[in-house]
Amino acid sequence: MKRSNTFLLTMLGFGFAFFYVPILSMIVYSFNGSRLATVWGGFSTKWYGTLLSNAQVGKALWLSLEIALLSSIIATMLGTMAGIALARFTKFRGRTLFSGLVTAPLIMPEVITGISSLIFFILLGQYVGWPSSRGFTTVTLAHITFSMVFVTTIVQSRMLSADRAIEEAAMDLGARPWQVLRDVTLPVISPAILSGWLLAFTISMDDVVITNFTTGPGTTTLPILIWSKVKLGVTPDINALATLIVLTVGLCVLVAGAVMNRAERRAERDRRMAYRANE
Amino acid sequence: MIARWFHRRGWSDLVIGLPYVWLLIFFLIPFLIVVAMSFGTRTSTAPPFGFGGENPAINLAGYARLFSDTLYIRAFVTSLTNAAGAMVLCLLIGYPMALGLTRVDRGWRNILLMLVILPFWTSFLLRVYAWMGLMGSNSWFNKLLTGAWNWLVPQAWDVANVPLMHSNFAVVLVMVYTYLPFMILPLYANLERLDPTLDEAAMDLGSRPFAVFRDVTLPQSIPGIIAGGMLVFIPAAGELVIPTLVGDSSSPMIGRVISDEFSSARDWPMASAVAVALLILMVGPMMIYSRFEARAQARERSE
Repeated sequence: MKRSNTFLLTMLGFGFAFFYVPILSMIVYSFNGSRLATVWGGFSTKWYGTLLSNAQVGKALWLSLEIALLSSIIATMLGTMAGIALARFTKFRGRTLFSGLVTAPLIMPEVITGISSLIFFILLGQYVGWPSSRGFTTVTLAHITFSMVFVTTIVQSRMLSADRAIEEAAMDLGARPWQVLRDVTLPVISPAILSGWLLAFTISMDDVVITNFTTGPGTTTLPILIWSKVKLGVTPDINALATLIVLTVGLCVLVAGAVMNRAERRAERDRRMAYRANE
Repeated sequence: MIARWFHRRGWSDLVIGLPYVWLLIFFLIPFLIVVAMSFGTRTSTAPPFGFGGENPAINLAGYARLFSDTLYIRAFVTSLTNAAGAMVLCLLIGYPMALGLTRVDRGWRNILLMLVILPFWTSFLLRVYAWMGLMGSNSWFNKLLTGAWNWLVPQAWDVANVPLMHSNFAVVLVMVYTYLPFMILPLYANLERLDPTLDEAAMDLGSRPFAVFRDVTLPQSIPGIIAGGMLVFIPAAGELVIPTLVGDSSSPMIGRVISDEFSSARDWPMASAVAVALLILMVGPMMIYSRFEARAQARERSE
């Protein structure tokens, strides 16, 4: 037992080194004074200066945030509806097709989703006259479509594991279906809705492939900006930008994780005290 | 009047209808257009395809080319082998990691799990980029590997640097790096639920640790292996970003072929035919995954 544990813990150590050495190396090289991205030329923060004076980066970041915020809010609303529909309404016309439509975008290769959206928007523009060009609107529509199904998956599984008895009790006490939804179901699934929104936001902020197909000239999101530069190779200013992004996101995730962890522990303690009080 | 209708049944129609119509318009119709496009004919008009008129109503030339032009067959083979390679390597690295996670104590485990999930939230593109920095011929990592290689092999085989970038090996390596959490998390969820007393019973009956693993732990973790494997294989087979950045452009993966066919060659019908073929190939793995997923969910609900 002892020996096998040593092996497993070694693998764990190796695995985490594999996860984090490339990122740490990138962070270290963002402070590289040399113009050559992979040759060390002394410590310097000049690439951060270059980055901050680059208006393009700020503009792209702002655009990404706008698209991510708008698309994730709409995706959360639509995705939550779909999750509730699939979890609560077991029989309605076209349910099989609906559940297929909700699963398909999850496993569809992004290239295909991207190309089919682009062809759709081009044909729509040609024959309907809208959208006349591709940009903010088409990117947002595409992001809503492929991120809403992630919200649906999260909400649906939370709905299925939630206690239906509370809803039934509310119904027995005379609440109308709509009231049950508003006053009982939605509060119960609100953590799932929140994590669904967070996921939708992240997916939108991070997307390259689908954005690349559905965007037009002048609409450059941050990932598209990075993508167009990275295709040409490794540069020190991208190292600096990547470092800022990775550290910001990492910090947010760690803080969110710690907050959720504490909330969970408090809820656990409250529950235990409630049980003890009942005894 | 409207309020009463809404309270009685309108809200349920709305809850079903809105997302339904949205997905029909923005997902199903575009997808059906691609399927129809794969039977179209390439023309020099804008948009560059045609049906009927002087063009055949159903043109199977695209599908015929899939089998006659070796570019496509090679791309499919490259995609499937790269994805399978990434899946196997993820399993070999991810399984011991997931099992190791179940052996560390609670407090540490939450922190380590967080560290597995953390890369998920940071940009996918930047994780690929991080490896581009490591693999370049002047990087410290490449120099380390070159040194190790030259030390290990006879002098005649010495190399100036290890050609990592722009190879299928690089594609597999970066895929393993980016998709490893997809393997670890379902495996961990599966292994964590196993009853440790079964292990102890086998030990008490005189089994060696490896025999316990082979006869008790491994058979019970097959659902986790399949779920993790498919979660790596499916996105890896259709990958576009990784092969474009670190891959060998002379043996492209299918995602890149679709993209090039569409954007550079402007052959929409051919790009669509390749896309449909890729989806047909993926149906098998997808069905395996959804079957195991459904079974796992049913089990969870019965617990």
